Amino acid sequence: MKITRKDRAFFHLLLAPGMLILFVFAYLPMVGIVIAFQEFNPTKGFLFSEWVGLEHIRFLFELPDTMQTVRNTVEISLMKIAAGLLVPIVFALLLNEARIVWFKRTVQSLVYLPHFLSWVILGGILIDVLSINGGAFNQALGTLGIQPIFFFGNEAWFRVMLIATDVWKEFGFSTIVYLAALTGINPALYEAASIDGASRWQRVVYITLPGILPVVVLMSTLSLGNVLNGGFDQIFNLYNPMVISSADIIDTYIYRMGLIQAQYGLATAIGLLKSLIGFALIVTSYRLAYRYANYRIF
Amino acid sequence: MRIRLQRFQAFDMLNYVVLAAVSLLCLVPIWHIAMVSISGEGPANQYIVGLIPIEFNLSSYANILRLDKFWDAFGVSGLRVVLGGLLNFLLTVMMAYPLSKESSYFKGRSVYVWALVFTMLFSGGLIPTYMIINELHLIDTIWALIIPGAVPVFNVILMVNFMRQLPKELEEASLVDGAPQWTIMTRIYVPLSLPVIATVTLFSVVGHWNSWFDGLIYMNQTENYPLQTYLHVVLASRNLVNADENSVMASLTNRSAISAQIILASLPILIVYPFLQRFFIHGIVMGSVKE
Repeated sequence: MKITRKDRAFFHLLLAPGMLILFVFAYLPMVGIVIAFQEFNPTKGFLFSEWVGLEHIRFLFELPDTMQTVRNTVEISLMKIAAGLLVPIVFALLLNEARIVWFKRTVQSLVYLPHFLSWVILGGILIDVLSINGGAFNQALGTLGIQPIFFFGNEAWFRVMLIATDVWKEFGFSTIVYLAALTGINPALYEAASIDGASRWQRVVYITLPGILPVVVLMSTLSLGNVLNGGFDQIFNLYNPMVISSADIIDTYIYRMGLIQAQYGLATAIGLLKSLIGFALIVTSYRLAYRYANYRIF
Repeated sequence: MRIRLQRFQAFDMLNYVVLAAVSLLCLVPIWHIAMVSISGEGPANQYIVGLIPIEFNLSSYANILRLDKFWDAFGVSGLRVVLGGLLNFLLTVMMAYPLSKESSYFKGRSVYVWALVFTMLFSGGLIPTYMIINELHLIDTIWALIIPGAVPVFNVILMVNFMRQLPKELEEASLVDGAPQWTIMTRIYVPLSLPVIATVTLFSVVGHWNSWFDGLIYMNQTENYPLQTYLHVVLASRNLVNADENSVMASLTNRSAISAQIILASLPILIVYPFLQRFFIHGIVMGSVKE
């Protein structure tokens, strides 16, 4: 197909505004990373602030909070990733076994809903529902004879709640991709298996699970890139001083150090380390996804 | 044979019960808060409202609707959704169309693609981004909430992948007929991409409505807060407020007032969601699964 110079100019013209915005708001901030190596003074700007080399990075490794925060982040996100993979798969399999169409549709509409509400709203709802002073969930537990539990005031329970409420918000939406994979399985396989006398359970084990395996591999490799994101929105809307030592993640730490305590150089240094490790993780996960699931972004 | 048949039915029964229970679990907390919001203040504060309202009244809504702060925030969010959604839509289409061409056909494509993808892999982080916004004097303007995210990279990728699956013959035939690229884009590609356009527009509109953190950091004046930022601040202060000290805050943070604000802030989504649902399922699957 032939392409004229006019067409090519048109393409560049279409891309120009978006590229300009990316340049200013994504690439210029990368230049701003230099303040990680400065004693940044807002009145002097980053061109004239004093350089301190790796001072901030050295200091970071000495701060006990840093290591605790990194450990929290990795622990919380690994648990979220594991639960966030398992629950949607099981749910998709169960939903796939339901044959009544209107029932299936209704279930799907309801379970997608929390995904579309913000963590501000869900945080408001969850703190109320799970409150120790008369919260609906504790009242329900009370009727079963269980003592009220302070879900958001106790470090161990807070972690459990982070995982549980994250799964609650996202499992429905995550099932979409597995349901799509399930519809891609050739129905003739099931017919043939039935004729050979395979039970329902055997059909799931020998046809359905292998059928969705590529998608499972894809989703798990891609989730690797998220290990340094513990879920800022969720934690910021749920946490409180009582649980801060086990709930503080890198992003909440950067927010408090940088914007509350105005430690610009230090906060940028943490951000830089996070971006570098995150970059390596995402590139690795894309490579793995390409290799094992033949996935490409474009 | 007969025994096996009965076991299947037992499993089906159990399965339907489990699925129904799980889906109710997603609805009931929201429903409960909605019922608290339309109950009397007394029953609400005594935590005796369950799934049906007690002493039904709408006074908490009436109180909230009289609050200027709430309407300011609602207005900011509304403006943000319209402007931000429109800009996201325009830039997504404008970038996705050229990038959906083959590299051999559109030289320079791979440079653009890498520049785009790199922003997903690496970022300057919170502080440098804040400083750029500050340097550009966008603080306390609505543009601070709209322009930094004006290019939704993920949406562009979704739409590129969708457009690449459309039959190339359509474009070739139009080129032979002498149609310029502008016409091919607006008359062929955009109409055919409607499912994915609906999906990404839904994502970006919902994203703008739900966004709160940028409001918190880029807005110094509380009257410039979008609704979710306003709600975040109200919710965060509910445990700190002493009713005697700050009557304005206290009137916002009693339980029925909070419930009413939570419901009002989620109302637009609860209303549009059922209509858009069929689009996004379609759009996601078609945009993300490749041949």
